[in-house]
Amino acid sequence: MSELIKISKTIKLFIGGEFPRTESGRSHPVYLSKSKNLYAYLCKASRKDLRNAVTAAQEAQKGWASRSAYNRTQILYRMAEMTEGKREEFIEVLTKTVGYTKIAANKAVDEAVDAFVYYAGFADKYQQLIGSVNPVSGPHHNFTSSEPVGVVALICNSKFNLGNMVAQISAIIASGNSVVVIMADDGAATLAPLSEVFATSDLPKGVVNLLTGDLNELYSHLGTHMEINSLSYQGTNKKLLGELKEMAAGNMKRVVTPVNEPLSLDHLVSYVEYKTVWHPIGN
Amino acid sequence: MQDHQNKIINFEYAPSIESIDIVNIQPKNKLFIDGKFVEPTSKKYFASINPATGETLAQIADANAKDVDLAVKAARKAYTKTWSKLSGKERGRYLFRIARMIQERARELAVLETLDNGKPIKESRDIDIPLVAAHFFYYAGWADKLDYAVPGKEIKSLGVVGQIIPWNFPLLMAAWKIAPALACGNTVVLKPAETTSLSCLLLAQIFQDAGLPDGVVNIVTGAGETGAAIVNHPDINKIAFTGSTDVGRIIQKAVAHTDKKLTLELGGKSAHIIYEDAAIEQAVEGVINGIYFNQGHVCCAGSRLLLEESIAEMFVGKLKSRMEKLRVGNPLDKNTDIGAINSAGEYGKIKKLIESGIAEGGEYFEPSIQIPTKGYFQKPCFFNKVSSAFSLSRVEVFGPVLTISTFRTAQEAIMKANDTQYGLAAGVWSEKGSKIHKTAAALKAGVIWANTYNKFDPSSPFGGFNESGFGREGGRHGLFPYLSIK
Repeated sequence: MSELIKISKTIKLFIGGEFPRTESGRSHPVYLSKSKNLYAYLCKASRKDLRNAVTAAQEAQKGWASRSAYNRTQILYRMAEMTEGKREEFIEVLTKTVGYTKIAANKAVDEAVDAFVYYAGFADKYQQLIGSVNPVSGPHHNFTSSEPVGVVALICNSKFNLGNMVAQISAIIASGNSVVVIMADDGAATLAPLSEVFATSDLPKGVVNLLTGDLNELYSHLGTHMEINSLSYQGTNKKLLGELKEMAAGNMKRVVTPVNEPLSLDHLVSYVEYKTVWHPIGN
Repeated sequence: MQDHQNKIINFEYAPSIESIDIVNIQPKNKLFIDGKFVEPTSKKYFASINPATGETLAQIADANAKDVDLAVKAARKAYTKTWSKLSGKERGRYLFRIARMIQERARELAVLETLDNGKPIKESRDIDIPLVAAHFFYYAGWADKLDYAVPGKEIKSLGVVGQIIPWNFPLLMAAWKIAPALACGNTVVLKPAETTSLSCLLLAQIFQDAGLPDGVVNIVTGAGETGAAIVNHPDINKIAFTGSTDVGRIIQKAVAHTDKKLTLELGGKSAHIIYEDAAIEQAVEGVINGIYFNQGHVCCAGSRLLLEESIAEMFVGKLKSRMEKLRVGNPLDKNTDIGAINSAGEYGKIKKLIESGIAEGGEYFEPSIQIPTKGYFQKPCFFNKVSSAFSLSRVEVFGPVLTISTFRTAQEAIMKANDTQYGLAAGVWSEKGSKIHKTAAALKAGVIWANTYNKFDPSSPFGGFNESGFGREGGRHGLFPYLSIK
């Protein structure tokens, strides 16, 4: 019996829970690590794809934020389960396209699973750590609680790190935000297994959107988009960060700069707003 | 006898004017740098006007970039040599002492604030100045407890902070800025608004009297250029600004390519929702207080009234009759409800916006009350039956101008309330608790007043969503902008 021709997966974008090709029809090749041999073609997302992703994120955000914290917890935990189930596929992509050893790839998947589990456990707890009942002078009940900031655009680390990226996405969505992710170049092919994790974890469509493409072409559209509430830049290019901060002033986007600890309360709190409510006490 | 019965009895209030003898305004007011009052290097001064009379109160030093540089140098020296070396307990002691001295001189500060700003004496006396003292008292106690503010983290002061504050609550804004900054171990260069410098300069005297080490707080007076010199100074670690969204944007851009930390407390167009099951009489008072408090010069003013359709007509009727009883006039009169618009510039801006609203076809109402002819006085007013697209429903007026529209369902009320680029505050009135909480949770604003409005407290975090800025002032959350947390 002759060997069957292998069916390889077409890697597309992940927008609004679906897997469209870029509307621009453009792509760029990803090679097997340290070689000129083709691994796959990745979509080169356009401005329009980006805007579609923001629309999807915006439509999804309110419903996601209104889910109970317990439900968000379970969905994030489900992501850990799905990642574990896809371990072999992650390892294949990481070893073939990023050049990880099998040991390093396994460790990266461990970190991703850890990150999902960590934030699954945080989604129904951080509120008690950062909220307060305030002892105002006068007959008022006064309390401060947190709310998600809204739609977050995430520009990942310049150097690909699966665990960090998953921690960043999880920290953002744990409190009820939605996110549009511009994936780092070298690990962009992980979009395939990662998007399937999100698509099969009962996560509402549009809460996480993953794009591959040329950051130089896309960043100004992120910076100036009026429906994005927060801009997270995890890269190291100071000039780019400055430009993003400048553009963020257009609609006062909250700019989040690289976090110290990927798994931490601080990280999660970078993506919340505080709301204080007053109510009289009396008859 | 018959005659007597038919006569309308008019209960006018007799004037009750607060004496100004208690304040001693210097004709020329210098900059406060490194613990001393010094001449501006340019030797230039500008006039500060009493908006209730239009007369000049005093001359104020105009600080240029050189003066700001001297102030920053003094603040840096104070930071490295003294302030950062003191224990939290010692910093707290200074702040407690300052709080006490503010209480001791409360009347003087209140009268001065009213003279310079135009706000009614009952407000400066009963709200502004007590809150100023309360803020220093509150943050004094934090100074030696910062380790508890962010458990498990290593915290540090930032260094020199530049603070720029507006003219609507001059001394209160100074307290909101200075007290947490000093409690966290930073030193300060603060610029008051150019029309309201006097109370901050009196606060500087209190700092001297309290023995606050030289240079820990420096006050540079002046207008936009002085502010720009602070924002662009390379040796400032953090900028805190309260003011308009337009200026906030300029500042955000100006510091974009630096490591300066930034907090902005900006404009608003806050919605005030009245459900049909509200306590109506209380809600009327709440709406009046929400928009006409402090002449409407309030960033969180409830400037967009949303009435449930079933009560709209009745509510507007009650609002009108209440407005006929508002007393607009001499801010020093203890019976005055609404004082003077802070400056000729603001007065002109408000007039123009009202005219544009009338031209746009808004249903305009102002009460038939008398207002002084001298000074800058504006009648409280509203535009009824406006749409969300009506320009005054969108633009921050920062004056005693209300817009009114209606809604049919809670969902519509929330949608209309959130239909703004701002997100500072909102009000909601209903006697039904579950409805209050549902609405409060859905409103996109940093402060929600339920069955009340315009309440402030040092322990209560204040600040906005979206284009109303970022960062919180007040409470434990108000410490974070002044700390580096690792």
